Amino acid sequence: MTTDPWARLRWATPARIGLGRSGAGQPTDRMLKFQWDHARARDAVHTSLAVDQLAAKLAPHPVIVAASGAGDRATYLRRPDLGRVLGAWPADVAPGDYDLAFVIADGLSATAVQAHAAAVFHACAARMPGLSLAPVTIATQARVAIGDDIATRLGARLVVVLIGERPGLTVSDSLGAYLTFAPRLGRRDSERNCVSNIHGQGGLSIVAAADRIAWLAHQALRLGLTGTGLKENSPALLDG
Amino acid sequence: MPQFRIALGGETFSFDSLATVMARATPSRSGDHLAGIAATSDVERVAAQYVLADLPLKTFLAQPLIPYEADEVTRLICDTHDVAAFAPVAHMTVGQFRDWLLLDSTDGAALAALSPGLTPEMVAAVSKLMRNRDLIAVARKVQVISAFRSTLGLSGRIGSRLQPNHPADDLQGIVASTLDGLSYAVGDAVIGVNPATDNIPTAKTLLQVLDDLRQRFDIPTQTCVLTHVTNSLDLIEQGAPVDLVFQSVAGTEAANDGFGVTLAMLQEAQDAALSLQRGTVGQNAMYFETGQGAALSANAHHGVDQQTLEARAYGVARAFDPLLVNTVVGFIGPEYLFDGKEIIRAGLEDHFCGKLLGLPMGCDVCYTNHTQADQDDMDVLMTLLADARAHFLIAVPGADDVMLNYQSLSFHDIAYLRHSLGLRAAPEFETWLGNMGLTGPTGHLAEQGAQKLLEGAR
Repeated sequence: MTTDPWARLRWATPARIGLGRSGAGQPTDRMLKFQWDHARARDAVHTSLAVDQLAAKLAPHPVIVAASGAGDRATYLRRPDLGRVLGAWPADVAPGDYDLAFVIADGLSATAVQAHAAAVFHACAARMPGLSLAPVTIATQARVAIGDDIATRLGARLVVVLIGERPGLTVSDSLGAYLTFAPRLGRRDSERNCVSNIHGQGGLSIVAAADRIAWLAHQALRLGLTGTGLKENSPALLDG
Repeated sequence: MPQFRIALGGETFSFDSLATVMARATPSRSGDHLAGIAATSDVERVAAQYVLADLPLKTFLAQPLIPYEADEVTRLICDTHDVAAFAPVAHMTVGQFRDWLLLDSTDGAALAALSPGLTPEMVAAVSKLMRNRDLIAVARKVQVISAFRSTLGLSGRIGSRLQPNHPADDLQGIVASTLDGLSYAVGDAVIGVNPATDNIPTAKTLLQVLDDLRQRFDIPTQTCVLTHVTNSLDLIEQGAPVDLVFQSVAGTEAANDGFGVTLAMLQEAQDAALSLQRGTVGQNAMYFETGQGAALSANAHHGVDQQTLEARAYGVARAFDPLLVNTVVGFIGPEYLFDGKEIIRAGLEDHFCGKLLGLPMGCDVCYTNHTQADQDDMDVLMTLLADARAHFLIAVPGADDVMLNYQSLSFHDIAYLRHSLGLRAAPEFETWLGNMGLTGPTGHLAEQGAQKLLEGAR
């Protein structure tokens, strides 16, 4: 057993340094670890969202189930435009007058949504006692901009989209939250605020994420905007 | 009235413009489908290829795909076209040009002489009629040499970019990954960091750390922090040790506008980099990155297929004598290149087109986790590109870029290409590797190389 010359440097980076080698190849255990991490990331991209399970976890809040215009995963990956618009929307939903609508979208990781979305929603709702919340929409094969379409139909002044982020090799269950004031079709990404990297492996905790989302939501409704005009590092946030 | 038509198998196929012929003739890829310009069937694609094969090469001089008045990239291409260099093939159709390129008698010298006479559109057109093996066979005839502190592109050699990215730009983390890469003999093309933020003070610190490391070990290579060209200009003004100026470029003026860059800015940056005279064996001071789909994702594609626009990006690059041009082939995602097959094809096309236009063409052999691809596909593409004599390939620790969250090649893969295919590092770097004890007498990695390097870094 030789000592690892990289031990002194390994703490400095999550990168796969000092793997050792078999000839010019990676040693078997390192190679298999990479294959394992990639398989988990792939599965996270292709796993379907268990909608009923998620809806049960959102109770007692009412839930609407919708789907984007991308009918399946293969279409979703090829056609980002179709993932941004609604395909299926229940006929019996009447528009209301809400401060805020939450949309939970599978995005590129249903694994992340299944693991964290309901908890993030409940934590946010608990921090928004004065706001009127629309029913929570669960949208499948969906990208961030689908929230604009949904919020318009629900009649909400602000939309928060909780969505599964593209899995990396190390973290495959990272959730993102996107806030858009006065949502409507054609909103640009620069008109949204984002809270990303919500996960349990060194990412943002559910409590910290809910604090930031709730702060941004209140500020957005007060100032009447989201995006580059709403700075997340404002002293008000840091003060708590 | 359609401009281009052909009758085949009892059916008539018509195409309303040159851009349509080009798009329909392109081997299938998701980005052209997303743009709504791809062939709608396999037979339509081949019909368009027949039409394309019969078009005179001169057609592309007479009919710019994007109007001269509307686009400075078109103006650059037209205004710098060398009519005398074009003469040997001026009478040919695209199909005849393919046949000529494949002839044994068409050697590297002939292709080098022809290069200024070719436009990106001509090169893209002929690539659409070539199979993967054709793209390799022609590209490997072309020698392009570029140099700064190392000489790249020489026969029997392949360069490598060491990419030591860190999610928080942690300096010790970046140094750790750099030492790891050097121990695999990687880094002769450049040691280049993608910073996690676009913050100028951070970029300056990174440049300083990389330059200190280079000087401490006296490594005959160049370093680069891949930040926006305007940041690099700023950094040069501040006296930061800028070896190479990096910029992402695309094939249309509108897409470059999306990158916040113009041809005039690139010229200013090249002049500034050259004024520092930091190169020792050469003065190629620019590093460009490109990738199919960049123009479409910026909604700046003018109805032109993504592979032709990619070749036009090389038209931009060649105006500034780069040390390195890199197609980041699988980075942009499955909506542009869906799977391993499309990525492999695109990588070979990009390398072929760049080489034919006289560029020091390398590749980031890579993919994201939502693309239908895996490391086996990367193994195939890197081996093919090495056989096609790619200028350089990119490598990261264990193939996992922990900042950009995608997979590239591992440092091990550069060692594989050198050990298995008998390829060598740049000569200056090779000598340094030997002196450092990182490689043995055969040029293969030495057993205790990493330990020696780490002891030196203490």
